[in-house]
Amino acid sequence: MSPMLEVRNLSAAVDGKPILCGIDLNVGPGEVHAVMGPNGSGKSTLSYVLSGREDYVVTGGEVLFDGRNLLEMEPEERAIAGLFLAFQAPVELPGVGNANFMRTALNAIRRARQECELDAVQFLKLARAAAKRLHMPEDMLKRNVNVGFSGGEKKRNEVLQMAILRPRFAILDETDSGLDIDALRIVADGVNALRGPEFSALVITHHQRLLDHIVPDYVHVLLTGRIVRSGGPELARELEARGYAAAEAA
Amino acid sequence: MSGALATAAGGLLARYDRLRSVLPGDAEARSRAAATIRRRGLPSPRDEAWRYTNLKALAEIGGPRRATSADVAELLQGLPVLDAAATVVLVDGRLRRDLSRVPDTLAVASFAEHPLTAEGLRPERETLVAANEMLAEDGALIDVSAGRDAGLVLLASIGTGAEDSFHPRHSVRLAEGAKLTLFELSIGSGRYLHNPVFSVELAKDAVLTHVRLQDEPSTAVYLSTTYVAVDAAATYDSFTLNLGARLGRTEVHATLRGERAVTHLNAAQLLSGTQHGDVTTVVSHIAPSCASRQTVKNVLSAHARAVFQGKIEVARGAQKTDGYQMNQTLLLSPDAEVDSKPQLEIYADDVKCSHGVTIGALDADQMFYLRSRGIGADEARSILVRAFLAAALDAVGDEQVRGVLEAAIEGWWARQPA
Repeated sequence: MSPMLEVRNLSAAVDGKPILCGIDLNVGPGEVHAVMGPNGSGKSTLSYVLSGREDYVVTGGEVLFDGRNLLEMEPEERAIAGLFLAFQAPVELPGVGNANFMRTALNAIRRARQECELDAVQFLKLARAAAKRLHMPEDMLKRNVNVGFSGGEKKRNEVLQMAILRPRFAILDETDSGLDIDALRIVADGVNALRGPEFSALVITHHQRLLDHIVPDYVHVLLTGRIVRSGGPELARELEARGYAAAEAA
Repeated sequence: MSGALATAAGGLLARYDRLRSVLPGDAEARSRAAATIRRRGLPSPRDEAWRYTNLKALAEIGGPRRATSADVAELLQGLPVLDAAATVVLVDGRLRRDLSRVPDTLAVASFAEHPLTAEGLRPERETLVAANEMLAEDGALIDVSAGRDAGLVLLASIGTGAEDSFHPRHSVRLAEGAKLTLFELSIGSGRYLHNPVFSVELAKDAVLTHVRLQDEPSTAVYLSTTYVAVDAAATYDSFTLNLGARLGRTEVHATLRGERAVTHLNAAQLLSGTQHGDVTTVVSHIAPSCASRQTVKNVLSAHARAVFQGKIEVARGAQKTDGYQMNQTLLLSPDAEVDSKPQLEIYADDVKCSHGVTIGALDADQMFYLRSRGIGADEARSILVRAFLAAALDAVGDEQVRGVLEAAIEGWWARQPA
């Protein structure tokens, strides 16, 4: 089976400084891959490069998404193709209502796919049901996007957007950081609800804790811009016990 | 005086010479105003109050008129449909009873019929007011009696391009405890100068909500001056939205002369191309315990230029003054420019006055966040600009009027090249 996401020898720099130094990664349909690594190893850079942030410059290699050249696509084109990034630090949008924001996004994607747009009533029904599954109070839909949200609320809001936009490929950038154990379980349930043969994910995390709830098919260790080891879910537990330095040495 | 300014002043004086025998009212005051303009000419960037706004575009307003001016009926289609108590329409500065709708219960007179000189105008200081004094042909005089709520009145100015300039003189007087929402709209077609002067007098406990939408054609020049006198516990609550005109200036002089008087001088300007928009305010705190609030927001694209000059004067006796002023600008282009000049002149010692200025581009993180959700760059920009303006528009309490302003902003956005 051909991979959904194919990363070949990808290198990238920020402000002229090389951060990713030849990443190879294949994620097949229905697979969940975890990328683990210490601070500064390039985890977030990988997520930004894949989702198309302008100030991250690709210096080598290529990325195919469903066989298409991902790196040539605008960020919104990547979203329309089915890619979703759950931000490590979700951005606040004062003056933009949360429900309105999500409906605009969903309808932009639906329009591009030549599907019918949802009116406000249809959308609210969908959004309320999704919010309920994530144990989010309904007033979070009425508030401005992420403004005044606690850290945990912001992360849940990312997962809510994911539940509404239903991507085929999600990148979760340290979605577990700052979450207590209950919130972690809710977030993990949100991701697991999407799992299936048509949904793949890249779960970026420091900790093995999240991977107890979102059990990955593969685990990769990222150190100084390179994947130094890959393995099954047991690798996460080994890292937790022995640390990243040992992983490289092994 | 530069050649262009001399040409512009000459054009106004020629109009006066042509019309002086038929202009209504105080011929002597007009002649004095003409003498002021002859002597001083139009203000140039050397005058501190006009340092950032050059009137040389006025030189191009004159010249021969088109044989057929724009169709009034067609321009009337541009008026919003409002559930208003009255609609007062002026065409090229002249009150048109046939196009207006005023119930008997509301006192709306015409300046042409009652050319009284209002108090508080300073044609000797403000040259554009002198031009108005010299050339005013008509205007709306609205009086609301004590304790009455006159509801919403639409005051619409339509320019057809048949006249090279028009200088309406308006007056709004609210007696004790009276209330009025005045929605002033300026639209039109063609090349002209619209130079209205307003005098507003608010007696004790009166509340005037004054919303202004300036959506003149991109070939017109709009220069308006408003003098406001606010008595004790009265409120002058104003919001100005400047979208149109190649050159626009909204100048307001508000005097808080009774205790606990309040004024809000909020504004937003959306400018593109080579448009120039100027919001100039002078708030004079004369009486103690008065409050003034100003938030002025600019959104500038292409080579547009905005000016904000905000002066707060606090007289010696005006203790417990509460003054606040904020100017925020969003630059959508590296070629856009804003000049922001706050001025505080405080002669009392127990006051609270603050001001702030922010200038910035669209936030790259916010843009990326929106685009990563599938929203195209143009739509993302428009969402962020609207969000920037949302807080300013929230200050407009009347939902109908706010709806018109929001629609006007959408219209402005739709006119912009992608």
